[in-house]
Amino acid sequence: MNILVCIKQVPDTKDVRLDPRTNTMAREGVESIMNPFDRHALEEAVRIREEYGGSVTALSMGPPQAESVLREAISCGADDGVLVSDRAFAGADTWATSYTLARAIETVGEFDLILCGKQAVDGDTAQVGPGLACRLARPFVTCVQKIRLLDNDSLVVERMMDDGYDVVRLPIPALLTVVKDINEPRVPSLKGKMKAKKAEIKVLGAADIGADKQCIGLAGSPTQVVNVFTPEPRGDRTKLEGTPQEQVAQLVKALSAYL
Amino acid sequence: MLIIDKEKCIGCGVCEDNCAFGAIEVVDGCAVVNDNCTLCGACVENCEPQALRIDGGEKKQTTNLEDWSGIWIFAEFRHDKVVPVAFELLGVGRKLADERGPSLTAVLFGAGLDEGAAELIAYGADAVLVVDDERLRDYREDVYAGALEELIKSNQPEVVLAGATAIGRSFIPMVANALGAGLTADCTQLSVRAEDGMLLQTRPAFGGNIMATIECPHARPQMATVRPRVMAPLAPDRSRSGEVRRVVIPDDVLDSKIEVLESVSCEQDNVHIQEAEILVAGGRGLEDEKGFALIRKLADELGGAVAASRAAVDAGWISYPHQVGQTGKTVAPRLYIACGISGAVQHAVGMQSAETIVAINRDEKAPIFDLATYCVVGDLFEIVPLLTSKIKEVRGT
Repeated sequence: MNILVCIKQVPDTKDVRLDPRTNTMAREGVESIMNPFDRHALEEAVRIREEYGGSVTALSMGPPQAESVLREAISCGADDGVLVSDRAFAGADTWATSYTLARAIETVGEFDLILCGKQAVDGDTAQVGPGLACRLARPFVTCVQKIRLLDNDSLVVERMMDDGYDVVRLPIPALLTVVKDINEPRVPSLKGKMKAKKAEIKVLGAADIGADKQCIGLAGSPTQVVNVFTPEPRGDRTKLEGTPQEQVAQLVKALSAYL
Repeated sequence: MLIIDKEKCIGCGVCEDNCAFGAIEVVDGCAVVNDNCTLCGACVENCEPQALRIDGGEKKQTTNLEDWSGIWIFAEFRHDKVVPVAFELLGVGRKLADERGPSLTAVLFGAGLDEGAAELIAYGADAVLVVDDERLRDYREDVYAGALEELIKSNQPEVVLAGATAIGRSFIPMVANALGAGLTADCTQLSVRAEDGMLLQTRPAFGGNIMATIECPHARPQMATVRPRVMAPLAPDRSRSGEVRRVVIPDDVLDSKIEVLESVSCEQDNVHIQEAEILVAGGRGLEDEKGFALIRKLADELGGAVAASRAAVDAGWISYPHQVGQTGKTVAPRLYIACGISGAVQHAVGMQSAETIVAINRDEKAPIFDLATYCVVGDLFEIVPLLTSKIKEVRGT
């Protein structure tokens, strides 16, 4: 089973906060990390390889520094890493990203399974997995919480829904996006770290993947950001004063409409 | 690419602070951009001397924009019911259609849809395109995407909206990719720009730390998924009239590679925090699982449900279906009582449209107090039980 895992390097958004005085993002101590959902996709790929044999290739599109998440992926069990990087890719929306990743994957080789995290935590769009499946013309299922069965030509998975889950069978080759419930990712092994250090990360640019200039980066993106702003605070607040008993009494009075 | 006008740059460093990617820094009094730049535009927006601009290169015009008209919403139908987000989409779709002139059409897929189609008209649709077919009873990515793509190609609507639900978020991106259309995920605001009729789509980004407004200037249709529970539905009016059009989709499009073996509704996970009028929510400040017992008592007394922040769910004190926020659910109850929740933006985006917000927190600097209608600075272990018994007392009389 040859598996490709898509991995994105993202800023650790849970630590990002707005500075209310300057209205800017406080970045101190905010690190670049492997997108948490992708970590679960990688773990699932490594588990499948351990059981059925084959290979796990980690692939990431991003700036040169994204090489570090590929090394991290290797330390967690991936066999090799491919970085898709070119200044011409900058500004890509999910449409152009899906196109670019599809071209890159076709350049790298043939894969039975492509695994992605459900979404990246910086954009939270969840659009690239399905977009990639469309470009590669392969069946896909999103939000997989469990792979129940896997054989040479099909797999049965549980797809998380808003009201429960569906059990779905689909043929291989296929693409899945996974949620965190699917597994508990391992930490890098010492051997893995050594391997990651020595690994050669292949870099593919726009020319290497035969990309159409009209389809990549900002120019290839149908969506365009026209404005970025910080959410407005609500303006109607009342601070309650006094002892806890007094505050509670005021509060109950204020909330009388809801009681 | 990002162009920096060295004459105009004053080296103030605001761009550096605004960049979430660490892609810009001030060197020798002038901003310098590196390879990490994603052209997100946050720096351009905040550059007072206007020294920054993004050069997008030539965009291709993929279609004649005039050929596309009408507002469409995809009405999700699952387990024999129209999913509520469809009515919310009709609410916002109605406004857009009234501003833009053309009609509002709902697209309904499934089996046994007569009742559902009538409901959609009552909630504001001028027309309903119905594809009533056993092969669409179960949700399957490939046939849903194929059928919607087919309908869009033959009817050319200007705007297509769908709910940002598990289903909408999975097959709509496939449709957009196949059509070469722009798609914005998880929108919380939609409006039409008066000058040129462009759909302006606003969504939270970076875990809700910033809001971004997005447009699709060159491609059609303009597509967006919309966050459930953010838009208001219209009051249903059974006397409204509308056209129900039955459409047949070619067999090869409805041929699926995917087979749904079973569809399970999880009772234990059926926590309807999105339906509750009153929510009492707990966060890290509860310290452990037992803290939630206090929260539950207060919720029971108020006839409300229990919600939680990501921190409490990650700590394992309560299950994921209770989670409110960017990575959880969006709620808009009449009353939201936040206990021991700091109110990081990731949580705030999920609850800020509550009618009244009460915050109880020990730390008077907690950002939750910026959102709250009523701020109680104090120990929740003291305040919450007091509040519960006081409410009991008031209600008892």
